[in-house]
Amino acid sequence: MPDIADRPYDDAPLSTSKDAAGATRAITTEAIEDRGNSLTGWAVTINRPVADLYAWWRHFPNLADVMENVERIDILDDRRSHWVVKAPGGTTVEWDAVVTDDREGEMIAWASAEGADIANSGRVTFRDAGARGTVVTATILYDPPAGVIGKLVAKLFQREPNIQVRRDLARFKQLMETGEVATNAMNPKQREEQDA
Amino acid sequence: MKALTWHGKHDVRIDNVEDPGIVNPRDAIIKVTATAICGSDLHLYDGYIPTMQSGDILGHEFMGEVVETGLASTLKKGQKVVVPFTIACGSCYHCGKHQYSGCENGNPADNQDIARELYGHPMSALFGYSHMTGGYAGGQAEYVRVPFSDSGPIVIPDGVDDEKVLFLSDILPTGWMAAENAQIEPGDTVAVWGCGPVGLFAVQSAFLMGAERVIAIDHFPHRLELARKFGAETINFEQTATYDALMQMTGGIGPDAVIDSVGLEAHGMFVDNVVDQIKASTFLGTDRTHAIRQAILACRKGGRVSMPAVYGGFVDKFPLGALMQKGLTLKTGQTHVQHYLPGLLAAIMEGKIDTTFLISHRMPLEQAPEGYKMFHDQQNEVTKIVLKPGQ
Repeated sequence: MPDIADRPYDDAPLSTSKDAAGATRAITTEAIEDRGNSLTGWAVTINRPVADLYAWWRHFPNLADVMENVERIDILDDRRSHWVVKAPGGTTVEWDAVVTDDREGEMIAWASAEGADIANSGRVTFRDAGARGTVVTATILYDPPAGVIGKLVAKLFQREPNIQVRRDLARFKQLMETGEVATNAMNPKQREEQDA
Repeated sequence: MKALTWHGKHDVRIDNVEDPGIVNPRDAIIKVTATAICGSDLHLYDGYIPTMQSGDILGHEFMGEVVETGLASTLKKGQKVVVPFTIACGSCYHCGKHQYSGCENGNPADNQDIARELYGHPMSALFGYSHMTGGYAGGQAEYVRVPFSDSGPIVIPDGVDDEKVLFLSDILPTGWMAAENAQIEPGDTVAVWGCGPVGLFAVQSAFLMGAERVIAIDHFPHRLELARKFGAETINFEQTATYDALMQMTGGIGPDAVIDSVGLEAHGMFVDNVVDQIKASTFLGTDRTHAIRQAILACRKGGRVSMPAVYGGFVDKFPLGALMQKGLTLKTGQTHVQHYLPGLLAAIMEGKIDTTFLISHRMPLEQAPEGYKMFHDQQNEVTKIVLKPGQ
């Protein structure tokens, strides 16, 4: 197999490569820090201007509204945030995330700091799509741990690694386009039960 | 409140369930005044649709009175509304193109995965129709939570009888879109397979769109009789070789457009197998896609194939060669209900379209389980059952 860096006639994102190991190595040349060996990605088109979406995402505590299992995100300083994620048995897993590259209206890249329960890094890009709005692409590199946390990660990423990022981006799109996150709960009590 | 709930194949019950309430800002709560049992509810009743859960509230054809509104709803308490069966946000790209059944935002994110695998993309959410399409509680109940109430429901003028407008929720726009998808030109002969509600509305719509002749095909005498009332010629396929008849009746040319409004149930489409075997693919007996196969074979060269009928998975022996060789155009899809509501409401108010002929039975919500059994067992006599909660 030729080296992943040399992919003739192929403009596809690295996260869709059939050479997973090669793609994981190569992605670190694209503004993503090396934090694992599993690479996943997804994209959505959102009918809103780039600037709105970038600004909403850059205020990281907002993300808890669309990311399943994320309990809260605390801002530590302009580049550092603390993530608290629900884990089985009523426990949580936590890590600090550091913004490693930030281009306003274009891209935010991050990496987990040392000592993270789940090492991860990635980037989200925002690209103007004219009348259709903005293409938002998330690319995530992570290190699936063993044990209880490993089970959480397995649950988070379901049977296909990109399901979780797909769902999170779908909720982001719902909130940005409709002002609310879709739910089939019949009443507020059922919604609370679903969110628990 | 009382609601008709699904518990398994041929097991629907009236249960006492929690009342709905406002969850999201654009919600409204509707007190249901009339709701119908749809032919596609029989697919659920027969256990053909995957991702149903015990206790699910059925019903996607309903209307009622607004009794509660969220902060961003544009409806007002006391208004009478008909609610589209497709839950569409009105703000995404697809809604902008009036492709409401492709709405990207109504289906909760966790419910989108199966459709993604089956179809490549999740579709809009539907009321009361399995968890693959959202898992929303349906309208065969005393009350319903209606999301995106500012963009979906259509307000009905005061004093209009429920029965005149109830079918705006699904089957009238579905029949209309079926005819529209047939791209009818003046002078056309249109053949319609299946004289259920959608087929009968397609017959009416085809004439309104300029068809010179409509040939309706079924085997229930009562349904054929209804089609004849609207001016259709009819073929009873139990006693007639349909393809041969169509060729002779069209001078060997074939119908200019064909409409399959039969669907998966008649063909025994085993959708419940599909989810388990999606990667392995699923195969059907050779006769199960009979209506669509026959429609494609009968259609004239360069003609149009419209397929409002509901299909869920894969079919075997699909005449792809005939489609290509004859240069046919195939159009299909779940109905973009919201797109058709203003025009069809106007047509009803002006008396151009009558839908009330269809109703054969009326009963209180409490009798819905008997209604399902009747509709299932007596398809000749029972053309449409309207349930009236609170009566």
